[in-house]
Amino acid sequence: MTHAPASTLASLRRRIARLERLRPATGVARVATGHAGIDAALGGGLALGRLHEVFAVTADDAGAATGFAAILAAFTARDGPVIWLREGRAQARARLHGPGLAELGLDPGRLVLAVPAAPLDLLRAAADVVRCDAIAAAVIELWGEPRPLDLTASRRLAMAAESSGVTTLLLRIAAAPAPSAAQTRWRVAAAPSLPLAANAPGHPAFDLELMRQRGGPEGLRWQVEWNRETRILADAAAPLLGAVVPLAEHRPVAAWG
Amino acid sequence: MRRGDEGAPLALIEKQRGAMRLVAVDAAAAALGLAPGLSLADARARVPDFAVADHDPHADARLLARLADGCDRYTPMVATDLFDGLTLDVTGCAHVFGGEAGMAGDLARLATHWRVTVRHAFADTPEAAQALARYGTGEDDLQALPVAALRCDEEIVTALTRAGLRTIGDLAQRPTAPLTARFGEETTSRLARLLGRADSRITPRRTLPALRCERRFAEPIARTADVLTVIADLAREAVATMERRGKGGRRFAIRLFRSDGDIRDLAIETGQPARDAGLVQRLFAERIDALADPIDPGFGFDLVRLAVPVLEPLAPTQLHLEGGEVSDGELLALIDRLSIRLGRGRVQRLVPRDTHIPEQAALALPAIEAPVPEAWPAPPPGEPPLRPLHLFDPPQAIEVTAEVPDGPPRQFRWRRSSHNVIRYEGPERIAAEWWKRDDNAGLTRDYYRIEDTRGRRFWVFRHGLYRESGDPRWYVHGLFA
Repeated sequence: MTHAPASTLASLRRRIARLERLRPATGVARVATGHAGIDAALGGGLALGRLHEVFAVTADDAGAATGFAAILAAFTARDGPVIWLREGRAQARARLHGPGLAELGLDPGRLVLAVPAAPLDLLRAAADVVRCDAIAAAVIELWGEPRPLDLTASRRLAMAAESSGVTTLLLRIAAAPAPSAAQTRWRVAAAPSLPLAANAPGHPAFDLELMRQRGGPEGLRWQVEWNRETRILADAAAPLLGAVVPLAEHRPVAAWG
Repeated sequence: MRRGDEGAPLALIEKQRGAMRLVAVDAAAAALGLAPGLSLADARARVPDFAVADHDPHADARLLARLADGCDRYTPMVATDLFDGLTLDVTGCAHVFGGEAGMAGDLARLATHWRVTVRHAFADTPEAAQALARYGTGEDDLQALPVAALRCDEEIVTALTRAGLRTIGDLAQRPTAPLTARFGEETTSRLARLLGRADSRITPRRTLPALRCERRFAEPIARTADVLTVIADLAREAVATMERRGKGGRRFAIRLFRSDGDIRDLAIETGQPARDAGLVQRLFAERIDALADPIDPGFGFDLVRLAVPVLEPLAPTQLHLEGGEVSDGELLALIDRLSIRLGRGRVQRLVPRDTHIPEQAALALPAIEAPVPEAWPAPPPGEPPLRPLHLFDPPQAIEVTAEVPDGPPRQFRWRRSSHNVIRYEGPERIAAEWWKRDDNAGLTRDYYRIEDTRGRRFWVFRHGLYRESGDPRWYVHGLFA
């Protein structure tokens, strides 16, 4: 058997790379979340220009999952434009509130909100949006398990995101995770916040689970708190209130700030 | 009047001054001696057997509007005349159809498709044409028309007849001054317009577009692909004109004229003045793709017209912008595309409003017409979010247990599950905007930010104070992250 010349091998590799568009995310731009554990698990931060899934398993956690998606959009988009697609029905049920977005750090001034009537329209619009490299991040919000959203649809979104560099966040509420082409998949639930003075509810806190990650560790859980000013996720440990919330091991004192 | 379907005479009736009266009759009924104005009882006494239907002026107006749109193919200057007539200014248009006779023939062809009976007349002034069409006997002889053709008040017509003046010809021979003195200036000025002694114009139903180009086809086209090719062709022509004038358009309207007289309108809009034929064509393709009911070509389209209603200044050449601005343009193009596909109201930008009423704090404007977006005011530093991310509209009622009547909630039931409140902040008291309302100003709302045992954060309010209303109700207004 003769050895193929190096140039042939290289061209074959290039061809394979072209065929396999969804290569492991090495050498992609990442944005650090500020949380040491999460950044280590993600290999330095959240990959830009990829498809990420955010799940709220029940509708009760809609607020938490929407908030987490808004936060991811805020720090992946920086000052770029963000497009948020949600179904008309979802918007009629609970409006996305501009002041609330602003208080999470996502400026509504650079947000375009699209409210298509049906999931199919929404996914078609999403395909168009994600292909447009003028926008920085896109949030695609879907309630329940619409039929048009299958593995093929998610693969299309993932490929479009990769070629255009638009960070795409697929926000699924009241839906069970299903196979997809996403880079990461998060399950988000509300977590008790660190109380402020006079036992007032504190900064947004989340119970995060990194359920899946392409080419990286998965199945990790954290409790984090989002700080709008510093724009980082910080470790949040819940104070002892009921048995539902486990205590984090090393609670940084600064988090009480 | 629309033809009846079967042979039975038909009359339309309406209640006028407490009696049912005929307002319109068809030819068969007219032949039996029925006439508008007759009461239904009298008519029944004369002709026991005729069909009756309710008069529907709105349907008449709709039909007339459809016919007027259909006549748009002859000239853009179409005006309605009373509730049953159309006046067309065809100055310089007739040659396209082979002269006036050709145009009348074409109109007769369309009338059979529309299933209407048409009487038409050509004349030098709108009034003359209207008079000939309504009162003429077939010859284009203005002089022979009855004085009623002036369409003056009933009394004046009676007075003229009493004076022995029965035809327009009788009036035309007389000097104007005595006529004016006796029958009023209105009469003589109408006469002057009728005879073409005074200039008179029609007021078209629609304002003429700033730019218009069209294609006529001897052989009607039917395929959507062909229509798109024609649109591209028209767009190029329009763009060439706009370039010469240094203008651009934000709205482009296509009107497709079917050979059987029906029309179909399509329109696109862009956020910025545009002058790019490719863009216009792409947006129209998008528009046609997104149509709920596809274009029905029938026997084909024989006329396609592109109109740009308003032209706006646009620099002669598109500037080659750097970096951000280019992507800005791409974002605007994306917004245009989405607005056309989903509908303009479904692509929105949020604009802050200076009000403390939470549900009015953000205004969702169509992105295509929203002002240049500006950054929102930054929220106060160090504070957790004080406004929810999801806002329920309307707020959802909850059952609340509170420790003290005017105090914070302790426990509440929402969506059939119970929540125990472990943290709260409040109340934030938001009063109704009494300075904007004349009536009683509405109830005060006491808002609380609360968190339940599982860490879910809600924005709830008590609608009214205990002293305002005896038993105030509680609502959840939003969800925090």
